[in-house]
This record gives sequence, C-alpha cells and structure tokens, in this order.
Amino acid sequence: MNNNIIDLTIWQLAAAYVFILMLLVIVKIRNIPRSKEILISSLRMTIQLLLVGYILIYLFDNPHPLWTALVVLLMITFAVWNIFRRVRSGLDKKMKQIIAVSMAAGTLSSLIYFNVIVIQFSPWYEPRYFIPIAGMIIGNSMTGVTLGVQTLTEGMKDQRHRVESALMLGATPKEASRKIVNQSFDNAILPTINNMVGTGIVFLPGMMTGQILAGVNPVTAIEYQIAILLGVTGAVSLTVILFVQNAYKVFFNEKSQLRG
Amino acid sequence: MFTFEEAVYKDILHIDDLRIHKGSMTALIGESGTGKSTMLKLMNHLVSADKGVIRFQGTPVQDWEAVELRREAAMLSQHPVLFGDTVKENLESGCRFAGRPLPSEEQMTHSIQQYDLQKELDDDAGTLSGGEQQRLALARLTLLDPPVCLLDEPTSALDEGLEHEVMEAFIKHARKKQKTVVFVTHSRSIADAYADETMDITPFSYKGRKINE
Repeated sequence: MNNNIIDLTIWQLAAAYVFILMLLVIVKIRNIPRSKEILISSLRMTIQLLLVGYILIYLFDNPHPLWTALVVLLMITFAVWNIFRRVRSGLDKKMKQIIAVSMAAGTLSSLIYFNVIVIQFSPWYEPRYFIPIAGMIIGNSMTGVTLGVQTLTEGMKDQRHRVESALMLGATPKEASRKIVNQSFDNAILPTINNMVGTGIVFLPGMMTGQILAGVNPVTAIEYQIAILLGVTGAVSLTVILFVQNAYKVFFNEKSQLRG
Repeated sequence: MFTFEEAVYKDILHIDDLRIHKGSMTALIGESGTGKSTMLKLMNHLVSADKGVIRFQGTPVQDWEAVELRREAAMLSQHPVLFGDTVKENLESGCRFAGRPLPSEEQMTHSIQQYDLQKELDDDAGTLSGGEQQRLALARLTLLDPPVCLLDEPTSALDEGLEHEVMEAFIKHARKKQKTVVFVTHSRSIADAYADETMDITPFSYKGRKINE
C-alpha cells in the first residue's frame, strides 16, 4: 500500500492555499475585519509545521531520551501557557500553579501508561511514537482544562450567592462548590465524549486520516485510532479532575470564606 | 451566646459593646445599607471583623473552625437559594451540607405544613414563588435544627398577614427548643411582636438598644 503514497509537490501544496484566498475574499466582501488574523494564522501554521517537520526529521534520525523528554516538556509548557492566554478572566498565581501541576501530572501519567501498557513500543523514548501520541494527549487535555477553568471561574462568580448560602448553613467549601465543580468537569470532558460519538460516522479523525493517506492499512489505522481516543479520554478526564478538585479551593480562604 | 467588643467591619459597621444572650430572640432593625446583614455574616463568620473581637460561646469566632461554627449558628440569606429540583431535595440539603442524618419524610411534611406551604415533597421547587421559597428555606433551617438561627429578612417576600403567621410559627418552635434567634427585619411590628430585644442599627455604628416590654 505504501507504493500508493502521493508525494505533494510544492505547487500542489500551494494550490491548497486557494481555500485561504477564498476565505479572505469572503471576509473582504462581507466587510468582516478578520483578514489580518487569517493571514497571520495561515502563515504561522505553515512556518510552525515546516519547523516541526524538520525538527521531527532530526529527532527521528537521532533518537535520544533527553530529546524526547525535552520535546514533551516544551509541549506541556506551551499548552499551559496557551491555557493562561485563552482564559479571559484573570488567573492568580495559585490558580496558574494548579493548572500547570494538573497538566503535567495528568498528561504524563496517562502518557506513560499508554506507551508502556497499551502501545508497548521500544525503546520507551522512540520519538516516532512518543511525540505524536504526546501531542494528541497534551493538546486534548489543554482544551479540556481550558473549558474547565472557564466554567469554574465563571460559575464561582455567577453563583457566588448560591455558594455563600450553602456556607451559611454549615457546608464545607467542597460541598458548597460541588455543583460548579461537577459542571466544570462535565463541560471539560463533553467535547471528548462527543468526539467518540461522532468518530467514524460524522468525521474521520485526523490521525487516522493521516495514516490512511500515508498508506497504512485502514484496519491498523483504526486500531491505533481507537487506542488513541481511549487514551485521550483517560488523559482529559484525569487532568481535568486533578484540576477541578484542587482549583475550587482557590476561591476560599483558610476561614472557609469566599475570597474577594 | 455572642459578644461584640469594639468590632469594626470596613466603613459599614462599628459595634462597641453588644451581648446576645442564649435563648433570646433579637431583632435587628434599620434602614437599608446600615450593616444589618453584615452583622449576621460576622456572627456566621462568613466575613471577619477588621478590628475588635466577636466571641461565640466565649471563644473568638476566628478561633472556631469556621464550618463548625456555622453548623452551630446557621444563617439564612434574604434571597433564598434552591438546592435541588424538588421540595424534598431542598429540605434535605441543609442536613446534607451539615453532614447530619437526612430528615424523614414525615418530618419534612410536618416542617412545610408548619409554614403553611401547600406543596408535596416531590413538587418542582423551581415553580415556587419568592414567598414560598422563603418558607421552604425556613423549613429547611428548622429541619437542620441548629442551636443558633441567624435570619436575614426571612419573611420579606410575604404579605403582612402571612409574615406574622410564619414568624409566629418559627419563633414558637425556637422558644420551645430554647434556640437563640437573631433576625433582621424591616418591620417594626414584627420586631415588637416576636423579639425580646430590638436593636436599631444606624449607618457605621450600632446606636443603641431597646428592651421590649
């Protein structure tokens, strides 16, 4: 099947940018001030992916545990930074620490389990497997935690009176914020659950599509996709539960009073 | 039960010396924004005084474990909150929060009848009017059964006749069980009818008190 891979020429790739041109024309005609962002985003995407491509070639040709660890660390750092950037309400230092620790602990433990128990590749740091899997787990966890942070901070703000009324009756901060914490967890994992429901019917997941296009047997691609989806679900759940179980405490002081 | 010594909270409240005795019914009365609700929150330790000392059973409130104190001196806010979908879930929620055994259906039915709430336990709490929600909140507090009840305008959404009826039921129950009650009210007639002591709260200070005849 590998013989069927179509290597894209630079012109074929350039032709794909017609879609961006089409988008630019639409926003121009409709007078939507988005042209600059569209141009910057497509340019960033191109440069980032080209850079990553060359970095991956180097890493795949020179596998080393230190390089793999460094790349994963950079991915987590970037994901954490991205969460800070995407959450509109201001995050204090303690909340940022909880986000960082939850992301690191949740994604790394899931990643280790997935690589060692499920995929079982060797050596453990093999970048061809480790890095793409880490990317999917960290990326999805980042989306989950972002949704979790937003729901939690907005919930604690909008439902302040509810939380306070529960405290008045002798509820612990944990009990008083239980509903908001559950809503945050639910909102955070919903896209992952929807992803599983729609997979194979509504859309073909990116990784599987990529593998099939690259000539891999569809059954093998599907097996990998199933494993990845389950791994991602586990990682998102673990990361988000670690986050929400600790983050609600930030809204209370040591006297179990609501801050601010 | 509670004592205030030179207690100051922001620019809202300044109480030089105040004692609330065990088993007493105390009304706090005054205009809006004079700090009546804040006074209850200080006792419930939902907020802390900036200066001075507030004691509960002789111990400064800051030395109490806050949740433990609130289980002893529970507070009801002026705007009741629904904790659950049904009347039953709402009645159970107080005990659930305080980590106590849940009340029986018989106790719950009795508690809503006590406040003239014509509802079934399985009824949707979301359809209750403001006044009905206040009565549901009082029933929840009654089932929770704390030694001290801090009530912030517990009957403000009721018409005068029903307001007296509900307050009478609550105070009667409280006296029978030797509870200490501090309640905020906008109604002088409610204060006169049910309080042993009425305290006039004026802006930035607690001005004085009147012992009811």
